[in-house]
Amino acid sequence: MSVALDARLGKPWKKPPFVTSPTLRWALLIGSVIYLILAVNSIEVNWSRVYRGLDRGLQFFVAFTNPDFTSRANDIRLGLTESAVMTLASTVIGIAVSIPIGLGAARNISVLPVYLVCRSIIALSRALNEIVVAILLVAIFGFGPMAGFLTLSFATIGFLSKLLAEEIEDMDRVQAEAVRATGGTWLQRYVFGIHPQVVPRLIGLSMYRLDINFRESAVLGIVGAGGIGATLNTAFDRYEFDTAAAILLVIIGAVMVLEYLSGIIRAKVQ
Amino acid sequence: MAVSTKNGQKIWQRRDRNGQLKIWAMWLIGTAIFMWSWTQISEATTWAFFWDAPRIAADIGGRAFPPRWAYIDKLWEPLWDTLNIATLGTILALMMAVPVAFLAARNTTPSTLFVRPIALFIIVSTRSINSLIWALLLVKILGPGIFAGLIAIAIRSIGFCAKLLYEAIEEIDEKQVEAVRATGARPWQVMVYGIVPQIMPAFAGIAVFRWDINLRESTVLGLVGAGGIGLQLQGSLNTLAWPQVTLILIVILIAVLVSEWVSAKVRGAII
Repeated sequence: MSVALDARLGKPWKKPPFVTSPTLRWALLIGSVIYLILAVNSIEVNWSRVYRGLDRGLQFFVAFTNPDFTSRANDIRLGLTESAVMTLASTVIGIAVSIPIGLGAARNISVLPVYLVCRSIIALSRALNEIVVAILLVAIFGFGPMAGFLTLSFATIGFLSKLLAEEIEDMDRVQAEAVRATGGTWLQRYVFGIHPQVVPRLIGLSMYRLDINFRESAVLGIVGAGGIGATLNTAFDRYEFDTAAAILLVIIGAVMVLEYLSGIIRAKVQ
Repeated sequence: MAVSTKNGQKIWQRRDRNGQLKIWAMWLIGTAIFMWSWTQISEATTWAFFWDAPRIAADIGGRAFPPRWAYIDKLWEPLWDTLNIATLGTILALMMAVPVAFLAARNTTPSTLFVRPIALFIIVSTRSINSLIWALLLVKILGPGIFAGLIAIAIRSIGFCAKLLYEAIEEIDEKQVEAVRATGARPWQVMVYGIVPQIMPAFAGIAVFRWDINLRESTVLGLVGAGGIGLQLQGSLNTLAWPQVTLILIVILIAVLVSEWVSAKVRGAII
């Protein structure tokens, strides 16, 4: 009975596949299986070391329930101030430098040579990892927050200019054209025709970048570029897990507060 | 828009007086904070080293070129490790992020009061700690090597993937879910036929996007002993072998560009 019904209904409905071309689908599937086997096999896990370390992991989790803020309070305070200072200064300088570069990298308002130069600066800044830049700058400028400040400023330029340039490329031409038609100079065209259109997005992105810079400033200390990362690294090296837990909690707290504030500001301007 | 009158003539201004004052006050506070930050940095800087920097940079540059091309033979294996850290780390992260995302999304969470805050806490806490710090910690716990790096990348990515994914889940079209439910489907069938097809493109996009970021991050994990090409970088830096450093940086740069190209292609194909 049911067989007859099935035969009359034809093939039962099946979910359409995510990748439509069957050749591509099978190639992807088989390729990823082969890759996974190779990759998993090339990873050596020293299980006895892991087992011994679990005890230490447990210690760390216990430390999280009982963080020690007091015994290194001064170092934590200094590190946090340094991180905050680096974050603020580098975001300000980063924004100041990104605006001209962003303008130059927008195809619709810039000439080709300027466009290419600005785009290559952006590409370079985005391709280099912050940590790598920090290592080089520490080698050149010496230890301390100056290297971290320069690193973060450089990273900010790549991020902000790219997004600003995209925003300018997407803007409404008519407004800039109207200012131009009144006889406005290039600067006036920017200030009255372009800037008002992109400024909400610029403020939003700057807030977002402030947030990112703070997170990054927390790790730059590991390579000697100042900030709370140095304190954290020392705490880990001395196996002072309770202090390390306290520092991590401070970082998480600061990031949450910053994220909340930047969320409010972004909601207000957009 | 405000208009002020001067000598009986109307003058157009962008803002009225209060608006203008408010903006000036904000600029003043901002500038003061910036100047204070700058003095702090300036005090902590040895300016003699700063002014010496061009000479040092030229010196290092002179040592760093030409790159030691022969060293590339020793880089293939670390590069393969780096790729594995990024890829397996992303896969592991996605496995953990999917349940967290379903628990965090308002329309699929079993309980807004108890489960959702826990899921959101997982998202925030894993996201706010950089993968390098996770690696630092995991190297101490699991021992140095690729495994620690892989887990560090995975943990760091949970929050990122889960956040984007739960936002995608919250934005789905409820009508399709309703339709599947109306046929008498069980909850997991509603999930598979009503929700999953809607978030699949977002999921694939997030996966590739995060993979791209993870590849960048895994290139430096070796600095704290968590495997990959960063280990070679650290070794070369410690022995002041600048020609090798140059080669490693070039290799990292190429790897990053390739991963960005792949991710752009895949995302372009999906969207």
